[in-house]
Amino acid sequence: MSDWPILSLVTFLPLAGAFFILLIRGEDEASLRNARHIALWTTVLTFLVSLILVVDFDYATSNFQFVEKHPWLGGTIAYHLGVDGISMPFVILTTFLMPICILASWVSVEKRVKEYMIAFLALETLMVGVFCSLDLVLFYLFFEAGLIPMFLIIGIWGGARRIYASFKFFLYTLLGSVLMLLAIMAMYWQAGTTDIPTLMAYDFPLEMQKWLWLAFFASLAVKMPMWPVHTWLPDAHVEAPTAASVILAAVLLKMGGYGFIRFSLPMFPDASEFFAPLVFTLSVIAIVYTSLVALMQEDIKKLIAYSSVAHMGFVTMGIFSLNRQGIDGAMFQMISHGFVSGALFLCVGVVYDRMHTREIAAYGGIVNRMPAYAAVFMVFTMANVGLPGTSGFVGEFLTLAGAFQANTWVAFIATSGVILSACYALWLYRKVVMGELVKPSLKYLTDLTPREIAILAPLVILTILFGVWPDPIFNIMSASVDNLISTSISTASPAIDPAAIAAR
Amino acid sequence: MTGFDFAALSPALPEIILAGGALLLVLIGAIRGDKSEPMINGLASALLLGAGVAVVAGPSQTVTAFNGSFIWDGFAQFLKLLTLGGALIALVMSFDYWKHEKVRRFEYSILVVLATTGMMLMISANDLIALYLGLELQSLALYVIAAIHRDNLRSTEAGLKYFVLGALSSGMLLYGASLVYGYSGTVAFQGIAQSVTGDPAIGLIFGLVFVFAGLSFKVSAVPFHMWTPDVYEGAPTPVTAFFASAPKVAAMAIFVRIAIEAFPEISHQWRQIVVFISIASMFLGAFAAIGQKNIKRLMAYSSIGNVGYMLVGLAAGTPEGVQSVLIYLAIYVVMTLGTFAIILGMRHKNGLVENVDDLAGLSRTSPFMAFVMSMMMFSLAGIPPLAGFFAKFYVFLAAIEAELYLLAVLGVLASVVGAFYYLRIVKIIYFDEPKTTFERLPFELTAVIAVSGLLIVFYGLLPAPVANAAGAAARSLF
Repeated sequence: MSDWPILSLVTFLPLAGAFFILLIRGEDEASLRNARHIALWTTVLTFLVSLILVVDFDYATSNFQFVEKHPWLGGTIAYHLGVDGISMPFVILTTFLMPICILASWVSVEKRVKEYMIAFLALETLMVGVFCSLDLVLFYLFFEAGLIPMFLIIGIWGGARRIYASFKFFLYTLLGSVLMLLAIMAMYWQAGTTDIPTLMAYDFPLEMQKWLWLAFFASLAVKMPMWPVHTWLPDAHVEAPTAASVILAAVLLKMGGYGFIRFSLPMFPDASEFFAPLVFTLSVIAIVYTSLVALMQEDIKKLIAYSSVAHMGFVTMGIFSLNRQGIDGAMFQMISHGFVSGALFLCVGVVYDRMHTREIAAYGGIVNRMPAYAAVFMVFTMANVGLPGTSGFVGEFLTLAGAFQANTWVAFIATSGVILSACYALWLYRKVVMGELVKPSLKYLTDLTPREIAILAPLVILTILFGVWPDPIFNIMSASVDNLISTSISTASPAIDPAAIAAR
Repeated sequence: MTGFDFAALSPALPEIILAGGALLLVLIGAIRGDKSEPMINGLASALLLGAGVAVVAGPSQTVTAFNGSFIWDGFAQFLKLLTLGGALIALVMSFDYWKHEKVRRFEYSILVVLATTGMMLMISANDLIALYLGLELQSLALYVIAAIHRDNLRSTEAGLKYFVLGALSSGMLLYGASLVYGYSGTVAFQGIAQSVTGDPAIGLIFGLVFVFAGLSFKVSAVPFHMWTPDVYEGAPTPVTAFFASAPKVAAMAIFVRIAIEAFPEISHQWRQIVVFISIASMFLGAFAAIGQKNIKRLMAYSSIGNVGYMLVGLAAGTPEGVQSVLIYLAIYVVMTLGTFAIILGMRHKNGLVENVDDLAGLSRTSPFMAFVMSMMMFSLAGIPPLAGFFAKFYVFLAAIEAELYLLAVLGVLASVVGAFYYLRIVKIIYFDEPKTTFERLPFELTAVIAVSGLLIVFYGLLPAPVANAAGAAARSLF
């Protein structure tokens, strides 16, 4: 299997599906159905192929696996793909969520179905490419190119203020990214290569590290998004169609955290340590401030969007606590948030498809009409809060434990964010689901359809499964995280002796 | 002195083909009148094609002719091919337009050929006299072409404006050239390079500034860009397409050649000028285009901005910098011609329209045109994986290598501002509701749109050949 270009296959298989959809002629019902089916089966097939990665993955090594390398841009800039324990979970997360997204758009997208499916398949290629790239220029190419399909998806199939939201999304992200591009070029001239494994071992001078770190930060912080550059996210989330919100929250935001772990920590370890207080400050502000903002929202999607920003605050805090728990926790939080927030947006989509409104005030007491929905929504709300037994708890707890070692005050303030998240999430749940069903418009709501159950069931299972048994994810990444800590962080900051902590 | 050595003229074979052919075509036109227009169009295209073949088959080493006034090197070969390609495509795109406008003037094709001859001479110019001769041959033909639609007020106005301002810029260039000659004692580029070293006289700096000002005019860099929007808007659309492609290549070529070959020792002096006009062009192009309603005017500002990016590569002044300028030019010509092919396809029953809003909902009425147009816009905005990204990638890579950090940062910021107006066009095409439908595209426009679209979208799959060719061409200057 090893000489098979399996990563290229996973990356470009969706494009092949998009090509077939392009060949479909006509706008009648049959051709639209064909387009939907091709998209669905392509994404399912991609997911199955990506599972080969899991099966063949060598848990013992921190080296990049399934490596492919071909000359590309001349010089040392190459088409170089590979995954390790850090990028693998994101690849699987992406391929796993795509069929769900296609299914979620099955009936809610009625106009320009073919274009929609093509845009989504192209987006999948670009997202998988981001996580598989082992060359900075190639990474940047996938990273930026993803803006095009997302811009079109928000702009064509979005809500009332879709144009404003799509422009804001595009320009914000582009502004951050171009600075990262310049940093990549500077690294090319300094180190003579853009090969990621080589650069991870390269020692940049401290002064240069700081500038490079800031340039990468400009891009990754916007993508993440960190306070105060998060404002594009609520707009984009609110206006995007359901499936795009899912992808945005579950995958696109993770590129920021992935970038920090993949680039900032190993390539600029000294600068990472130097700037850790800055990241802590911004993370803590994000956690507390956006949780408070979430409390005041009247739009369900906007509330979840702000909660995403708060949860990403835990991720950045965990990463820059620069210890084992913090990074493990941040990785787990990202994966868990991937399907929890995705699922929450799907839940919003379920009621939105029926009522065509996202106003919290328009709902109330729908448990009476939709008991199954209420149960599912409950699971994800609890996971969002971080209730023990759900996957949300594991990541939040570990990031807090990591932050506690680095800085007690940071952990202290961040923990209050956990309480606030319970406030807004439970408040939302009570307003929408609980209570008497008094609004006449809600009288004829129907419960989940089989299609919706098929979409949500796997996510419910995973949320609970990883909540009680997180090992599968930790096992995949343990070798790589070990390596990350031993090669880059322990040289930067004095290692904490576990015995000393135990003695306290 | 023995007989005339014809072999010594061989480096100039493409120019000779064009010049001789153009004279022949004038003769045919004069004898047979305007009804010979289709034939002359065909022959003119064949001439450009033939000159292209001659360029491809040209010598592989550097040779000079006409006592060193004329140089043939890899740099010239690359750019001549690009110029001829741009001119040929722009000429072919015009046929359908003239048919629709019911304007039958055989002079158009001939003037295109003559202008192209001028451009070729500019690219190969190796001293100030040859530079001026080539420039004037090109410019005089272009002034007439801008006003070729002589019954149309806007076309004649554009021609007149172009002429007055162009003459002024030629005057400045000539004045600068005379100063440079006065202080260095020679007009040959290599001679100037030898005599101008270290700390040059103030008079020579004046000459340098005037020469650069004149050339900035020709490439339409800020602050000498004022003619561009008016001329682009007023000239007939195929003429605008031609203006935006081939002459840009030639003017940029001579700008690079004179900076690198004639003033290599005082690059710290001219770099300041180039950095300034580069930054000014990028920002003016980005901001001024935002408010434009006419698509040709918008493309004028877009071209000003793009020239700014090319000048980033020149400011670096290294082989990598020149290579990046060449790559940028090649990609820019494809993007420009593709975009103008679409603009030429914006035809209602009552004629050509050129407002940005007329593109509304194009994605519903003509998905093919809409897709290519939006890819062109994303590419011009420099979004990967499209070709325009690689163009910008190389120029900024060169700028970072030359440690022009401020220029690079300002440049990428300007590109974000620029992305806004390119996105606006994508928005109009994809997000807005359609109002009307366009007429069917003629075959040659479909072909240009399809080929340029393919090149732009798939450039990223095989970027090395263009980069290598440009690299070889750039090294021939150093």
